[in-house]
Amino acid sequence: MIRGFTVLRSSGIALLLAAAAISASTAGIAPLGVDKTPRRSGYDFMGRETRAMQDDDAANPGMLWVLDGEALWSRKAGAAGRSCFDCHGDARSSMKGVAARYPAFDAARARPVNLEQRINICRSEQQNAPPLAYESKDLLALTAYVGRQSRGLPIAIAIDERTLPFLDAGRETFNRRQGQLNLSCAQCHDGNWGKRLAGNVIPQAHPTGYPLYRLEWQGVGSLQRRLRNCLVGTRTQAYDFGATELVDLELFLMWRARGMKIETPAVRP
Amino acid sequence: MARAIVNVPASARRGEIIEIKALVAHDMETGFRRTQLGALIPRNIITDFVCTYNGAEIFRAEFYPAIAANPYLAFTTRVTESGTIACTWTGDNGYSLTESAAITVA
Amino acid sequence: MKPKSTRTSTGISSRREFLLAAGGVAAGFALAPAAPAQTGSGPGRSSPPTQASAAARLEAIHKVVGTAPINKGKVTLDLPALVENGNGVPLAVSVDSPMTDAEYVKAIHVFSEKNPLPNVVSFHLGPRAGRASVATRVRLADTQTVVAICELSDGSFWSGSVDVVVTLAACTEEL
Repeated sequence: MIRGFTVLRSSGIALLLAAAAISASTAGIAPLGVDKTPRRSGYDFMGRETRAMQDDDAANPGMLWVLDGEALWSRKAGAAGRSCFDCHGDARSSMKGVAARYPAFDAARARPVNLEQRINICRSEQQNAPPLAYESKDLLALTAYVGRQSRGLPIAIAIDERTLPFLDAGRETFNRRQGQLNLSCAQCHDGNWGKRLAGNVIPQAHPTGYPLYRLEWQGVGSLQRRLRNCLVGTRTQAYDFGATELVDLELFLMWRARGMKIETPAVRP
Repeated sequence: MARAIVNVPASARRGEIIEIKALVAHDMETGFRRTQLGALIPRNIITDFVCTYNGAEIFRAEFYPAIAANPYLAFTTRVTESGTIACTWTGDNGYSLTESAAITVA
Repeated sequence: MKPKSTRTSTGISSRREFLLAAGGVAAGFALAPAAPAQTGSGPGRSSPPTQASAAARLEAIHKVVGTAPINKGKVTLDLPALVENGNGVPLAVSVDSPMTDAEYVKAIHVFSEKNPLPNVVSFHLGPRAGRASVATRVRLADTQTVVAICELSDGSFWSGSVDVVVTLAACTEEL
């Protein structure tokens, strides 16, 4: 369904024009990709030792969650007494490429859903099991396990007339000044990436490795946790887990990172 | 549920020095953190790590709260014969976990 | 935010005590506790624990070393010079030793200058290790000096140290 409230938003080609129009409203900040600024993963901004932690599966603490997810994959759940394996078989083949294309459009809900929501849809509709709470150990383990099966594959978000309005909404959130500090995501992550905020280097904010092990959290967390963390940090009222604003923003961020390789489970400071 | 990962080369030559990597899931609560209401969160850490090679101790470590959550260790040993390398973590509140890996020696 | 200064509020004397003890000259007198250090993340940054007193640090070192002199050398500590997050700092320590049955490293003890507790970790090796080389990940509360003291099979003690700068994460997660 194409919304026609502005001419600029009515076609795929105009996405570039829309991005340029947005850049006018965020005072001279060029969105990544439009001026051919090379896109770099947060991995590139980390120190040598943190990168080594991510690269070695035997040292990467995120792998503990991946292994938990592997065990959960075969565990029967719910009134239907079914495990993920019963429908999807070996995740190593069936889940290959899946995380790389989420958030994805869900026809029944007429909007995109992220991987966590997809897993919970499966749990309630296929397994007759209660949904897993956001940021619960089990949900993080399953998303880490499914994400791991896409490691090394390029992010591939499909944008068509169904998902375009949600992409636009996500982009609008990314570019909108919010909160007490009146900051937009774009100001740091398009306009000031590579510079330091306190002791840390500001990355370009490409969600290539979620869910990831964050040293600050001393555990694995989702992209939504990180987005809420940023919102709180800029003194903005954080959207609830699962809020449409967050899923639309996830969709935009993954689309913005399209072509970049999945790193799940990544390690970040 | 996965609690620990012990990584050793699957095979090695006798006399070769190999690296053993041991990773365990544990919050390593320091005992210095407080809740948002100010209550002290009690210490709950792994305190000891022992690695045996076919039953003989080859490496031992004492952990303090300064060891990061989800403790990681990498250490070496000289390969002797085929068998089992076993890692045991023990700590506060009766915590105990053992994870093993097999090694085949040419 | 600039990285924290390595000076404590009591001046450099308590830090010098720690380094002298590690370097082989035990001071023998206690000093007042130093300024509180910031801790890592999670709930409860509101009241950071104080750093261990200089006396506590000296005592921790003497517990493993006794009255033996500590020589400088043989021990290499590898930590990032700028720590991205004090919650998880990769630390590697190695000792220059042939690791034979006759001459080997018995133990390596790591100490922190600014953490609430002085002990970080102790490793016990032996001739079977092949190499005296261990890696782990530690928590560091503040910019500080980290010291590693090793005990050799001949009963001698050797030390090495490294200075690291530790910064806090830019944005708090707490509401």
